[in-house]
Amino acid sequence: MSSLVKKYLMALSGIVLIGFVFVHMAGNLQVLLGQKAINSYAHTLQSLPLPILWGSRMFLFLSVVVHVVTAILLIKENRAARPVRNDVEVTKRTGWSSLNMGLTGSILFAFIVFHLLHFTIRLIHPEFGEWETRVGSPDNTEIHDVYRMILAGFNIDLVSVFYVVAMFLLCRHLAHGVSSTFQSLGLRSECWKGRLDLAAKGYAWIIFVGFSIVPVTVTAQKYGLFSLYDPDVFSTSALRP
Amino acid sequence: MKLTLKIWRQSEQKDPGRFETHCIDGVSEDSSFLEMLDQLNEQLLEEGVEPVAFDHDCREGICGMCSLTINGFAHGPENSTTTCQLHMRKFKDGDTITIEPFRARAFPVLRDLVVDRSAFDKIIQAGGFISVRTGSAPDGNALPIPKDESDQAMDAAACIGCGACVASCKNASAMLFTAAKAGHLNLLPQGKAEQEKRVLDMVSAMDGAGFGNCRNYGECSASCPKDISLDFISKLNRDHAKAKLKKLFS
Amino acid sequence: MKLDSKIPDGPISEKWDNHRFSSKLVNPANKRKYRIIVVGSGLAGGAAAATLGELGYNIDCFCYQDTPRRAHSIAAQGGINAAKNYQNDGDSIHRLFYDTVKGGDFRSREANVHRLAQVSVNIIDQCVAQGVPFAREYGGLLANRSFGGAQVSRTFYARGQTGQQLLIGAYSALSRQVATGQVKMHTRQEMLDLVAVDGHAKGIVTRNLANGEIKAWTADAVLLCTGGYGNVYYLSTNAVGCNVTAAYRAYRRGAGFANPCYTQIHPTCIPVSGDHQSKLTLMSESLRNDGRVWVPRDESDCPKNPNDVAENERDYYLERKYPSFGNLAPRDISSRSAKEACDDGRGVGPGGRGVYLDFSDAISRLGEDTIRERYGNLFQMYERITGENAYQRPMRIYPAIHYTMGGLWVDYNLMTTVPGCFALGEANFSDHGANRLGASALMQGLSDGYFVIPNTIGNYLAGTGSGSVSPDGPEVKEVLDSVRQRVDQLTSCEGRRSSRSYHKQLGQIMWEYAGMARNEAGLKKAIGEIQNLREDFQKNLHVPGSGDNLNAELERAGRVRDFLDFGELLCRDALERNESCGGHFREEHQTTDGEAKRDDENFAHAAVWEFKGEGDTPERHVEEMDFENVKLAVRSYK
Repeated sequence: MSSLVKKYLMALSGIVLIGFVFVHMAGNLQVLLGQKAINSYAHTLQSLPLPILWGSRMFLFLSVVVHVVTAILLIKENRAARPVRNDVEVTKRTGWSSLNMGLTGSILFAFIVFHLLHFTIRLIHPEFGEWETRVGSPDNTEIHDVYRMILAGFNIDLVSVFYVVAMFLLCRHLAHGVSSTFQSLGLRSECWKGRLDLAAKGYAWIIFVGFSIVPVTVTAQKYGLFSLYDPDVFSTSALRP
Repeated sequence: MKLTLKIWRQSEQKDPGRFETHCIDGVSEDSSFLEMLDQLNEQLLEEGVEPVAFDHDCREGICGMCSLTINGFAHGPENSTTTCQLHMRKFKDGDTITIEPFRARAFPVLRDLVVDRSAFDKIIQAGGFISVRTGSAPDGNALPIPKDESDQAMDAAACIGCGACVASCKNASAMLFTAAKAGHLNLLPQGKAEQEKRVLDMVSAMDGAGFGNCRNYGECSASCPKDISLDFISKLNRDHAKAKLKKLFS
Repeated sequence: MKLDSKIPDGPISEKWDNHRFSSKLVNPANKRKYRIIVVGSGLAGGAAAATLGELGYNIDCFCYQDTPRRAHSIAAQGGINAAKNYQNDGDSIHRLFYDTVKGGDFRSREANVHRLAQVSVNIIDQCVAQGVPFAREYGGLLANRSFGGAQVSRTFYARGQTGQQLLIGAYSALSRQVATGQVKMHTRQEMLDLVAVDGHAKGIVTRNLANGEIKAWTADAVLLCTGGYGNVYYLSTNAVGCNVTAAYRAYRRGAGFANPCYTQIHPTCIPVSGDHQSKLTLMSESLRNDGRVWVPRDESDCPKNPNDVAENERDYYLERKYPSFGNLAPRDISSRSAKEACDDGRGVGPGGRGVYLDFSDAISRLGEDTIRERYGNLFQMYERITGENAYQRPMRIYPAIHYTMGGLWVDYNLMTTVPGCFALGEANFSDHGANRLGASALMQGLSDGYFVIPNTIGNYLAGTGSGSVSPDGPEVKEVLDSVRQRVDQLTSCEGRRSSRSYHKQLGQIMWEYAGMARNEAGLKKAIGEIQNLREDFQKNLHVPGSGDNLNAELERAGRVRDFLDFGELLCRDALERNESCGGHFREEHQTTDGEAKRDDENFAHAAVWEFKGEGDTPERHVEEMDFENVKLAVRSYK
């Protein structure tokens, strides 16, 4: 496969993931609106017709696979292309984020696995799956209490810290990734470079802030710094030791 | 000036190579970096040590033959400068300077600081030309070319093929070189007829030579003595994608 | 030695057409049976290899650099002349022909120059089609400028790097042939001798610079496109690797060497800054359009900051001596005037070898921005090399060796006196006479390579069989052995001195006695000193390492060895040419106000030297130059 085709695959799968994180973030932020909003949003998603639900999941999964596999191929080739490193390794222009896409990407991959086990498959805390409530339900039946699960998830400081750190790494990954996407697809020019780089940076920070708000505020409330979330649910969300 | 030089020595391609340290005194700050190495070699000759082999020719920044990595920078720390145009006044008395060859699998070291850059020739042979028989050309003014386009082609054509882009790239990618060469011809109407074949062939020759992949750092452009813009890489990506798609659907 | 120039019959403008018609052709099916060696890959060599390959010949092309695209043609800045008359300003083939003959101070061969002017128009077409990005006007048509004192705008250019762009054009055409297999490119190979069999050139012996392998290559013809010999002066604007070895070795095998004393000196180079200097850098002559040349009137002002030297203490010597041309006086004249000023003790900068080129008037008249727009890149280059800001203090400039008009003698077919051995581009002697006009070197290289040799080589090849010499033959072996012996001699010398130190010393002798101004006593002295130096070289040279790997010291030693012989030949030619003409200025032959004085009666000829054996005085032959189409006149720039 030509080196450029690999770059196109990286860019195209990257675009899917770039779009996904924004939608995911927007969904998450509904936690701030309260138990009803987030539970109902989650329920709507869960109740999508199966082909759509699983179609999108498979599409996302495929994008991740393409992104990761291509990255591994590229990194392998790149290492082989420069078997002897310079004694002095310096750069004129390249920043930390660009140089460490492999590192940030690997940690993010680990994060994604953890995140899926944590909130989607719920293997880490199997009890999350049992929590049900009528709040947010369209027909007053019991639905999954996502609100309580999120509060409970971030009740463990280590988890919150891991999430925030991972989101910071995502921010760094996007800072290079978004502008790189334009370049790989041949859409960047010297004239647009400044604007696109700025947009990429802005986007990366928005994603970071958007994703970090929830773990940060939950932790803050845990330590009594302020009260944003429903205190009743909050008190029940502390996990059994 | 008095300097300590940490220089890469390698007797031949198969030798793993090592660093050797030499001190040199009485360097004029008006001398160029290569003249400083000349002086070192004269000194080594007296000491009975084999002189350091390095590539150089025109010594006026245009032939692209000189090729040193100085303190980790291809052609040294100055921007838009080849090694031969780098002068010692840019260094301080007492400095330690590390001198390495251009490192890449596609540029095997022949001796000390001399590398084999014939991989670049292979890329050009794959498609870096316009097929025109001598004597069959129409009048030079038969085809007006807008000044902007011609100037842009000239920006790309300014590439001197030194390989600093490869040496400065952490992945030893030759994208800036290939993009400049393909871009120069693709931007001109004379070169349009062969554009698709050209980009596909040149990219596959580039891949075949063992260069790494472009990761859009821009380190190549920052180290380029002729300031070739990353735009040309973007253009090559675009032209290549179009050619690939067209081939896929035809 | 018989010098038959083979100038075709007919009026000058029809000679080339007549010649092409009467030339023998090689049947297309037979071309692939012939093998041709091309030495050098610059404009002449690259163009010739590409074009001959295209025609179907099998080509072996050699260059000492790591890729053919680095040949020193690459460094030409100014442009390339062509009689296109796109500007409708009265240019024509005949005018370009006339200007070139006159510019050459009436020492070139009319028929060759006219052919050069004729094919100049095809060169531009060819290069445009190859994708050379010549400067254009807003309408999209090719732009021109006037150059080197020409009264018409006939120079085509690509920013300040016309040479590189034309070379990339030739290199791309060459690469295309390499891809088809028609041309085999041999890089990092240096030609060390010519193989002649029964008096015909049948191959070369090379040394592979990367691994030291010495090898013989046989062919049906050999093209030497190896450039000039400016580096005999050690310091010149040539690339450090440029050398005379290929041409000199051909001379030793029987090729006549014509007019070695014709060297061109460029007035605007950056002066020598110290003993470490390895080469000189040219600054475009266009700087003299806005800069004023001066030195202090009084020696005692020389060490001062130039800005502190009062206006009336400055000697604007070009304006004083040549009121009508002033700072734009031709290359040779302004070079000599700079030398005079410095000889007078009024030179500035390190070593007192420099004059000021002052832009302060132009800056106050036009503003710094305008000057920056016009010459920004040159000022930047100057700053990089000298560390001085030329917007604030005058530049320092000094003349330097730049181009050599002499070279291997060739006939109208570009064949040397060794049948089958051809010389193209700067390596031959025919087109520029005693002085070359600006923007004509690129034109000649490409003309020879693209358009002349493909048409004339058939005359030789059609008359000889193909592939007649085996690489294992006794003649080949003999040359191979002599090359091996020479290399061994160099590496086994057990002295103390480096080849560079000899080269430097030779350069000093050459520059002192055979530089901008020459005289009998000096030249005789130079010949003696060179002979002594050569003797010392043979005893005291030190070359470290061995001949079987990459060894830059060995390469240089071999080149310097030939320069030592060649320098003597140059001085001998300068001594015998008892007149001043073009780049050759004999102090004995000048007008009362210091202008060059030609002697057309006794010296309107090319002097061709024949090698007579190691240590023997070479023999001087003469090819008379007949001027039927241009009237001999005196150049005047008063």
